[in-house]
Amino acid sequence: MFDKILLAIGLTSGLYLVRNLYTMLLVLPDEAAQGMIYRIMFFHIPSWWTCFLSFLVAGVASAIAIRSKSNRADSLAVAATEVGLAFTFVGLATGMIWAKIIWGIWWTWDARLTWAFITALTYAGYLMMRNMIPDPSERLRVTGVLNVFSFASVVICYKAIDWWRTQHPGAVMSFRTGGGSIDPAMEGMTFHNFIAFLLLCIVLVTLRLRQEETLREIEGLRRLAYSR
Amino acid sequence: MLRQSWQIFLKDVRMELRGKEALNASLAFALVVLILFSFAIDPTSEQIREISGGLLWILFAFSGVLLVNRSFLREQSNDCLDVLLVNRVPASALMLGKTFANLLFILMIEAVCLPVFSVLYNINLFQLPLWLLGICLLASWAIAILGTVFAAMTVNLRLRELMLPVILYPMIIPALAAAMYLTNIVSVGKVPEGDDLIWVRLLIGFDVIFTTLALGLIDTILVD
Repeated sequence: MFDKILLAIGLTSGLYLVRNLYTMLLVLPDEAAQGMIYRIMFFHIPSWWTCFLSFLVAGVASAIAIRSKSNRADSLAVAATEVGLAFTFVGLATGMIWAKIIWGIWWTWDARLTWAFITALTYAGYLMMRNMIPDPSERLRVTGVLNVFSFASVVICYKAIDWWRTQHPGAVMSFRTGGGSIDPAMEGMTFHNFIAFLLLCIVLVTLRLRQEETLREIEGLRRLAYSR
Repeated sequence: MLRQSWQIFLKDVRMELRGKEALNASLAFALVVLILFSFAIDPTSEQIREISGGLLWILFAFSGVLLVNRSFLREQSNDCLDVLLVNRVPASALMLGKTFANLLFILMIEAVCLPVFSVLYNINLFQLPLWLLGICLLASWAIAILGTVFAAMTVNLRLRELMLPVILYPMIIPALAAAMYLTNIVSVGKVPEGDDLIWVRLLIGFDVIFTTLALGLIDTILVD
C-alpha cells in the first residue's frame, strides 16, 4: 500500500512537471528584458526552495536525533541532506547557465553565489564525515551536531541578497517584496514547479530513508553475527 | 564552571608551553607560507597592500587548524578525556578552557606573523592598532571556538587531520571574510565606517551565535 502511495506521488510529480513544461514553453510569453532564457528560473528558484526546505528538515531531524537518540530521525536527516544536496547542484547548474547567457560569465564571487557554494561544501563535508564514523551512536551524535551547525550557512545564503549588494538579482517573489516586481502568471508558474519539485523530493527522501533503515538493519545483524 | 575552565586553560597552556610541539610547528609553517607568498605575488608591488588581509587570514586559518587539532588529541593518551568527564568536569567548561587556550596560541602566532609580514612586505599594518587588535580577537575567537568544537568531533577519526579542515573551513568563511575585509581597510589607515560596519556586525554576530551553539551542543558530542 505504502509503495503504491509513493508511486502515485512520483507519478503526480512527473505529470505535473510535464504540464508545467507545456505551460512555460508554449503558453507563457518571453520575458521583456531576458528573452526566452528566463524560463530556467522556473527550475532554478524552486530547486533552491526545495533544497533549503530539505536542509531545514535535515536540521530539525538532527536536533531530534541528538535529543532523543532516535536512529530514525538520524536516517531522515541523512536522507534529506542527500536529496537537498542534489537539488543544490541543480540550483547551482541552472544558475550558472543563466549567468553565462545574461552576465556573460559562468560564475562571480558575490555573496549569494559564494554562500550557495559554501552550503554545498558544508553538507558534502557532513556526508563525508558520516562515512568515517563506524559506530552508529557516535555517528548520530557527532554528525547530528554538524548538521545543526551547517544550517547556519543555509540561513546566510537565503538572507545574502538582503544583507549585501549582490550581483545576484534581489528578491522578486511577492511574499518578500510585497508584489509588483514579477508578473503574477510567472510567479504562479514558479510555485507550480515548486510543488512538482517538492513531490519529487518527498519521494526521493522516502526512498533514501528506507535504504538507510535497511542499511542500519544489516549493520545491526552483522554486529550480532560477529558477537556470536 | 569558570574555575574549571580556568584550570583546563592553565593545564593546556602549561602543557603546550612545556612541549611547544604544536606552537613550534604551527609557527614554522606560518613563516614558511609567509615566504611562499613572495613568490606567488610581486612583493614590491602595490597589489600586496590590497590583499594583505586576505593573505594573513588564510595563513592564520591554516596555522590555527594545526593548533586546534592538537587540543583534544592531548587528552587521548591514557583516556584523559574520559577521566576528566567522569570527574564531573562539565563538557562546556572543558571546551571553554580549551577554546581560551587555543585563542591564546592563535594570538601568539599572530603576534609574531603580523610584525614579520609588515617588515618583509613593507606595509605598516599597525596604523590603527586598537582596531587591528579587535579584529584579531574576534576572528581568532571564531577560529578557536569552532575549531575546538570540530576538533572534539573529529578526534576519534582515523583521518582527523584531513577531516577537520574539510568541515571547519566552509563554516568559518563568514568570519574569515569579515576579518580579511576589515584588515585590508585598517591596514591602509582607514577607520571602518558606513557599509564597512556590516562586517564588524557579522563578525560579532558570528562569534555570539556559534559560541552559544557550541556551548549548547558540546555535551552531546562529548558526554552522551
